[in-house]
Amino acid sequence: MATIQLKNLCKSFGDVEVIRNVDIEIGDGEFVVFVGPSGCGKSTLLRMIAGLEDITSGTMEIDGAVVNELPPRQRGVAMVFQNYAIFPHMTVRENIGFGLTIAGTPKKEKTRKVQEAAKILQMEHLLERRPSQLSGGQRQRVAIGRAIVRDPAVFLFDEPLSNLDAALRLDMRMELTKLHKQLGATMVYVTHDQVEAMTLADKVVVLRDGTVQQIGAPMELFRKPANLFVAGFIGSPPMNFLDVEISPVDAHTVTVRNEMLLPLKLPNPFGGEHIAAHGKLGVRPQYLRLSKDIAGSFLSGEITIVERLGSETLIDVTIADGSNVIAVIDESEQVAPGETVGLSFEIDRAVLFPAE
Amino acid sequence: MRARSRLTQSNLAGWSFALPGLALVAVFIILPFFVGIGLSLTNQRLISPNPAQFVGLENYRNLMGLSVLTIEPERDAAGAIVRDDAGAIEYPRVRTFTRNNPDYPHLQGMREWISWQSRENRVVLLASDVVFMKALVNTIIFVAVIVPVQGGLALVLALLINQRLPAITLFRAIYFMPVVISVVVVSILWRLIYDGDNGLLNNLLGLISFGLIPPIDWLGNPDTALGAIIGVSVWHSVGFHMVIWLAGLQTIPPSLYEAAAIEGASKWQTFRYVTWPGLRNTAVLVLIVITMQAFELFAKVDLMTKGGPLDSTQTIVFQAVERGFRTQDIATGSAISVIGFVLVLSISLTQRYLTRSRHE
Repeated sequence: MATIQLKNLCKSFGDVEVIRNVDIEIGDGEFVVFVGPSGCGKSTLLRMIAGLEDITSGTMEIDGAVVNELPPRQRGVAMVFQNYAIFPHMTVRENIGFGLTIAGTPKKEKTRKVQEAAKILQMEHLLERRPSQLSGGQRQRVAIGRAIVRDPAVFLFDEPLSNLDAALRLDMRMELTKLHKQLGATMVYVTHDQVEAMTLADKVVVLRDGTVQQIGAPMELFRKPANLFVAGFIGSPPMNFLDVEISPVDAHTVTVRNEMLLPLKLPNPFGGEHIAAHGKLGVRPQYLRLSKDIAGSFLSGEITIVERLGSETLIDVTIADGSNVIAVIDESEQVAPGETVGLSFEIDRAVLFPAE
Repeated sequence: MRARSRLTQSNLAGWSFALPGLALVAVFIILPFFVGIGLSLTNQRLISPNPAQFVGLENYRNLMGLSVLTIEPERDAAGAIVRDDAGAIEYPRVRTFTRNNPDYPHLQGMREWISWQSRENRVVLLASDVVFMKALVNTIIFVAVIVPVQGGLALVLALLINQRLPAITLFRAIYFMPVVISVVVVSILWRLIYDGDNGLLNNLLGLISFGLIPPIDWLGNPDTALGAIIGVSVWHSVGFHMVIWLAGLQTIPPSLYEAAAIEGASKWQTFRYVTWPGLRNTAVLVLIVITMQAFELFAKVDLMTKGGPLDSTQTIVFQAVERGFRTQDIATGSAISVIGFVLVLSISLTQRYLTRSRHE
């Protein structure tokens, strides 16, 4: 078991800085997900933990020992790659046992461990096959098998599910959660898919342009995003943002308003005296409620699009200033495009950000 | 279905596009191939007033004929073995058996190729055509040496070149350069390098050994001539095969190397488990291409040694040209070509069989 500390970590390729002053603490047995749009440096960061990329500055510690200069094999990590990276000329058995072959493990022990890993992944019947005879999901299982057979302290996953189809992805996601419980190892997982991040993680690290935007539990990120980027990135459909004017009431309270929105009193999120005059008020589509009382609603507008997803319905409402607000409502609500509706929300569900 | 033009649907159009190429292949490859087989069964001369006669396999017998002759020592009247002044056993001369000896009609015209001692007897391997036999053996030695040496060296160079280092393209260009130089230039260049008196190689060896290594006439000495030609051939073509290996190396996904690194593989283990299996198809290609090229050895021999000294650099193709055109015996030249063809074909098929993929 292992803890990982990234301290003030930086990485440049030539003049291009891809990782900037990243500080992350990963606890023993934690499942941490690095999430962010493509090009945010999440994979680079993972490869730095693996030892596949060198560190430009800062320190990386595994279990308290600085590993900056250690080659991958001395770090005690296992990695699962996006394109599986299993050896095409070896059988499943040879692939899973590769790390043990390299380490010169006795044959008997190797057979036992490979068998054990195959059992965990339910692929004992595939051991003599070659990768070309396997489906994508089975190949990914082989890659995971190769990782677990060595019993490493840290598992690294680099977008392992992105080459799989949607149904399989759901299955594998659940299996990864199960695997984590079963093995209790520290896992670091990279994805651009915020659903994977939300469902798998104990702790999510949101990255953008090589900097950490926020670190927190999935629901913390969902409810209290630290900035506009996190608010927009986490959650589907994305959070609605309204441009608002902010005026202070007292040290702890502010009023926000615009032409379409009734004045609302919110706790002051900025703290102290510094209060921005303009801001954005974020409300998740899931927190918006339909209201028949149009005059008494916080917002109102005309429904332009109704998308019925089955369990819920998405409506796209054009409000007075021409901007759109998306709301997720119950499937039993009867709404139609062209209808004028009011929308309200609980004030403590809304998040206020200073304008960028 | 009028969408497709008539041109692409017409059979005639297809054939007429293929015709010029097919005609060239037919005239310069297919036709000579069969004409060669035909000529090898006749006594045709290149320019001769007499019409050719069908002689069956006589040309092949004349080339391939082999016999073993055991000669007993000369004995004096008492039955004791006759020895010369130095104590060596004396034997009747081989020619007494091969020239007009009615007891040995099957040895008529054969010549001694190799001989060795077996107790007090002398065993002689006789060949109908000793020069051709030497050419055959030289060619096989050449192939046997050049396939592993050139293939292996090319792989080592490719592995060195396949790294991200500054100026690596410069090295790639340098290693590849000999490939684009004409074989004539290469041969003349190396004749100067190998020169027995003032050659670069002798000077270099003298310099690094402080004069301990005496000058060697590399191409004029039967012991070194074939080796010298092997050296030039390796130098000349190694860059070509390096590029083929390099292409093979670049088809191996980098993530496999990363996976191996994470699993703790050493450099050698990475080569053994990732690189070499990934090069399997390339290896088969390189092996077969080098083998076929090696059997065609002609130009360097022709330009550097003309088969000498003492036939130590004779090769099959050199003999085919020598007999067929220089001595105008086109029938024997054709027979040599056919033997060469059968040899290359059987070796290539054997290689294909031995290197076949066992997993499909």
